[in-house]
Amino acid sequence: MNTNRNVLPYWLSAPGALAVLALMGVPLVMTLSLSFFGLQPGGQIDNTITLQNYAHLVSDDYYAGIFLRTLLLSLAVTCSCILIGVPEAYVLSRLSARWRAVSMVVVLGPLLVSVVVRTLGWAILLENEGLINKGLLAIGAIDQPVSLMYSYTGVVLALSHVLVPYMILATWASLQKLDFSTEQAANSLSASSLTVLRRIILPQVIPGVLSGSLIVFALAASAFATPAIIGGRRLKVVSTTIYDEFLNYVNWPMGAALAAVLMVLVVFVTVYANRAIERRFKQVFS
Amino acid sequence: MNRLPRFLLGFHILFAVFMIAPLAVVVLVAFTDKNYISMPFDGASLRWFTAILGRQDFIDAFYRSVILATGAATIASIFAVPAGMAIAWYKFRGRETVLNLLLSPLMVPHIVLGIAMLRFLSQIGANGTMVGLVLAHAVAVMPYVLRLVVSAATGFDRSIAQAAESLGATSWTVFRRVELPLIIPGIAGGWLLAFINSFDELALTVFIASPSTQTLPVTLYAYIANTIDPLLASISTVLIVFTFALMMLLERFYGLGRVLGGRS
Repeated sequence: MNTNRNVLPYWLSAPGALAVLALMGVPLVMTLSLSFFGLQPGGQIDNTITLQNYAHLVSDDYYAGIFLRTLLLSLAVTCSCILIGVPEAYVLSRLSARWRAVSMVVVLGPLLVSVVVRTLGWAILLENEGLINKGLLAIGAIDQPVSLMYSYTGVVLALSHVLVPYMILATWASLQKLDFSTEQAANSLSASSLTVLRRIILPQVIPGVLSGSLIVFALAASAFATPAIIGGRRLKVVSTTIYDEFLNYVNWPMGAALAAVLMVLVVFVTVYANRAIERRFKQVFS
Repeated sequence: MNRLPRFLLGFHILFAVFMIAPLAVVVLVAFTDKNYISMPFDGASLRWFTAILGRQDFIDAFYRSVILATGAATIASIFAVPAGMAIAWYKFRGRETVLNLLLSPLMVPHIVLGIAMLRFLSQIGANGTMVGLVLAHAVAVMPYVLRLVVSAATGFDRSIAQAAESLGATSWTVFRRVELPLIIPGIAGGWLLAFINSFDELALTVFIASPSTQTLPVTLYAYIANTIDPLLASISTVLIVFTFALMMLLERFYGLGRVLGGRS
């Protein structure tokens, strides 16, 4: 290896790194710094530095409510993704190679289909005249259509559908490291399949489930298309409020403050919480 | 390996129904002969597919999205492929930092990226232009290419390259004849994944597209806000078919499980 080779990696990676800094770093600093400026009555951005936007976020019940709603929705979506994603990941890991390939297309394929299209499907299903209502009416579970559009249930359902593949992928990654002989050992000692699942498999996949939960939570908190279409004006979340502040009310400083809080939350969850989990489970398992 | 308990198999089938239902419903509604959203079982037709041909705005938006995604995926690859090779094949100071920096667009919510680009592009006078859109998308999808290139480049046996070198091949020849061919599937898979993600992007694009640069997702989103009719379903059906064709390509190049589960 000559010295020429030692500078080569820098030449190779510099253009990409500079592109990210110039086209993402600079715009982010430029825009999020807007949150420290006020807005004059004419819609002009003030020149004096102030924390009034953040004070507003904390004191105004309107914004507090939106953050609380976003938090609750994201938690609900995370829980439902755990409930359906973890068993599904386990099933996938146990299928024969051929059936797994087919199932992967079914399970992961929707991940690549446009979120707008998937949400449209849910809008059609959830409407008063939609299939879900017709089905519930037919089996007599309800006597009149329940409104699922613009409801928490609707948003949680549609967002879980959009995000559950991430949970499956994360859980599946830890299932692949799982040693099936421990399961066989438990079976040979006449443990029931439920006991095996609860006592042998679940403890080993918890790190995967936790990191999947973090991904799902972060993506649910920042999702835009699904809450905008299914939740609409009635169920405003942080991302749709940012959209309104920027494009409808043209209050950029306020929108920037909302965006800054959202970003800090998401980055915190994806980076620091993830690291904390890794550290904790390294001690447990190695 | 022992058999799957029956209740898990039942769960698996229910789960598959859950995943497919919204897509299936869209496809079915597209074949209705009514003027409103309904199932095609009491009257099917292709009228909503022929209706697409009369909507120049959607057709233009489709081509625009294809051009945008092609440009963004290509620029992202130009930046990410060399960086990915550096990260996979060399140990250098700041390697982790560079990797984290290049993956960081994945962490920023697209809605935040959208307002950031809106302000940035307005300041440099490029808001609403195709160039602005391509650059913004290129940064947003760069991590997808990077991850697949890094995993393809770390995945093969380095001793082949050493063997070539020991037989007197120059480092350029080793790169061109040995290393590059081995990571081509990773590059192709990454490009396609970047293309699909750029093609479908909404939350970022909605801020920086002008009426003359509206992409297909933005056009669809604006349309859904007003009304939901079978035309939306037929356009979405075309999109679903288009995406599945791309998915099959992805499967061929790199394997779907590896692409989506690909970690670096």
